[in-house]
Amino acid sequence: MSQPALPASVDAVVELLERNDYFADRRLATSVFLALKMRRPLFLEGEAGVGKTELAKVVARALGRELVRLQCYEGLDTASAVYEWNYPRQMIEIRLAEAQGKVDRNVLATDIFAERFLIRRPILQALDPSAGAAPVLLIDELDRTDEPFEAYLLEVLAEYQVTIPELGAIKASSPPIVVITSNRTREIHDAIKRRCLYHWVDYPSAQRELAIVARKVPGAAPKLSREIVAFTQRLRAMDLFKAPGIAETLDWAEALVALDRLALDPETVSSTLGALLKYQDDIGAVTPDVAAQLIAEARLEGAELGS
Amino acid sequence: MTIVARTSDGRLAENILHFARVLRAAGLPVGPAKVIAALDAVQAVGVEHREDFRTALESVFIERHEQAALFDQAFELYWRNPRLLERMMQMLLPKVYARTPRPEAEAPLPARLAEALLPLPKEQSAAQEQEATLEAAFTFSPREVLQTRDFETMTAAELSEVKSMIARLRLPLPEHRVRRTVAARRGTSIDLRASLRAMTSAGGEMGPLQWRARRKRRPPLVVLCDISGSMDRYSRMLMFFLHAITNDRDRVHTLLFGTRLTNITRHLRRRDVDVALARVAAAVSDWAGGTRIGACLTEFNRRWSRRLLGQGAVVLLISDGLDSDAGEGLSREMERLAKSCRRLIWLNPLLRYDKFEARPAGIRAMLPYVDDFLPVHNLESLKQLASAFQERHTLHGAARRDALAA
Repeated sequence: MSQPALPASVDAVVELLERNDYFADRRLATSVFLALKMRRPLFLEGEAGVGKTELAKVVARALGRELVRLQCYEGLDTASAVYEWNYPRQMIEIRLAEAQGKVDRNVLATDIFAERFLIRRPILQALDPSAGAAPVLLIDELDRTDEPFEAYLLEVLAEYQVTIPELGAIKASSPPIVVITSNRTREIHDAIKRRCLYHWVDYPSAQRELAIVARKVPGAAPKLSREIVAFTQRLRAMDLFKAPGIAETLDWAEALVALDRLALDPETVSSTLGALLKYQDDIGAVTPDVAAQLIAEARLEGAELGS
Repeated sequence: MTIVARTSDGRLAENILHFARVLRAAGLPVGPAKVIAALDAVQAVGVEHREDFRTALESVFIERHEQAALFDQAFELYWRNPRLLERMMQMLLPKVYARTPRPEAEAPLPARLAEALLPLPKEQSAAQEQEATLEAAFTFSPREVLQTRDFETMTAAELSEVKSMIARLRLPLPEHRVRRTVAARRGTSIDLRASLRAMTSAGGEMGPLQWRARRKRRPPLVVLCDISGSMDRYSRMLMFFLHAITNDRDRVHTLLFGTRLTNITRHLRRRDVDVALARVAAAVSDWAGGTRIGACLTEFNRRWSRRLLGQGAVVLLISDGLDSDAGEGLSREMERLAKSCRRLIWLNPLLRYDKFEARPAGIRAMLPYVDDFLPVHNLESLKQLASAFQERHTLHGAARRDALAA
């Protein structure tokens, strides 16, 4: 894989991301630029579906790096996050040694805890890549795991090394680009955040969202895209339990394209609202009257967006 | 100063240093490491674009979304008006920055600026109270009695009693199994790693297998405590109780509600009970006013539930259930709350009366959704809470329906 150099300025980051179908606002681009330049982890927090994970993927693609993804969940431990020994192979090794009749305890211990019996999980892969430049390590939804894992992560992020008792410390020759995301289902400890560059990923502006829809759903008619964006933006201003993210906007746009719609109408909106809103209360709040009003406003605003 | 020497423009570095001090004074956790990081960041992005410069500082200095507003305000004030900055610095550090010229007679510092940027604890909290009062007056009905309550400091006798209570107080909420495992003699899954290590040290002989079991852990606890007028007589005692359980275990979040909802978790984390309660008193503006349980629960469900109720949290609702809105919209919010937590426990001081009847609309709306219903009305009952849990002295199922029918 060709290995593009790190971008030299914030403008270069904006341009690089845009070439890879990611429209970042200048603030986000600045954070990304700094994370690359200062070699610090980037901590992205924000509502679900605003493009946090996507950013890591795009950065990896744009820089020609491998993406190593660690999806967090409750009970995530070192065996599935960092490394594990290949027990079946170790067993076989022991039996083979026995069969050959040369069982020496000390030799056996060093033999079976050798690197070839090590199974590398995402964090170890990221620190000790087999080939090429340091990868992008995406630690996704860190809020889903528990505090002990966060504490473990501290060592990794501070020193870019992991310690395997049988082998010793493995240190990254060049640190990976680390992106951590959180949906804020609980507060991440300050100690982690202190080591990172923090960025709150917000919903995009209408202009930016329009650009995203145009790029990602090319089949949507321009008028429809504008109305979709204006409608979603209005919806976000409502007092909803869960406002739709960009992911939902794109889903909805695709749904409407699949239905061959060229503009919004109340009937289509109410039958496809499930692509946009995921709580029954929220869907209930968008009554036909409300929907009709939102559509009328979206039409006006959509026309303005186009001009 | 090595840091200053590292940047080409010593003046800018110095300004960033001052800015960091202002942020720290305003309550952001800004340490020396962050200042160095900020200098690096600014060097990296340069100072051509104001927005880049701002984001560079912001991404280093803030750690939580909530801090963004304070940062914005500080940034605007600081980098727009250097004279204001000099004045502030002189107020903050009169000795260190003797080099700066004495300010001419200027208009007094705006109150908001002083409040946000000057770390004078007394003035700050006074200003906060004032602001909160103003805000409340604009938004709510006259029913809301706004009082800012000063917690009296405890007498020595009280203090010792409370301390002994704290020492004994344990909320014996049942622990639940989490997905993390520990080595255990009678475990449920084989610990291959430990087994193999035992084998190698036994020279390759197949020994007994080692086992692991799932760990047990106390669930996170979210306390929603009513501080309205009808709960007034219990509120002081309850604050001690809340302080005790917050410092007794990890993963406790505490919110107070009357006519509005206030998260006081961070304040209660202060070890010293007086300091903690003084901070709570300053942060809360609706002591002993009306109760809008439905509205407060709505706000909780919207803003907090997804952030606090993960990982199987238990909710402790402390309220007498007397609602000024007569239970309007309450049952729907209670249902959502009950569905999003592992267990919903209602502590009600009215329950001490033998002839307690669930007559008020608020209580009738809430009762069907709670898992446990327990009394809490004095220090004694708090102490007995533990045994109450163990004896399952709770109004369950049938008893609850009886209370409803009465």
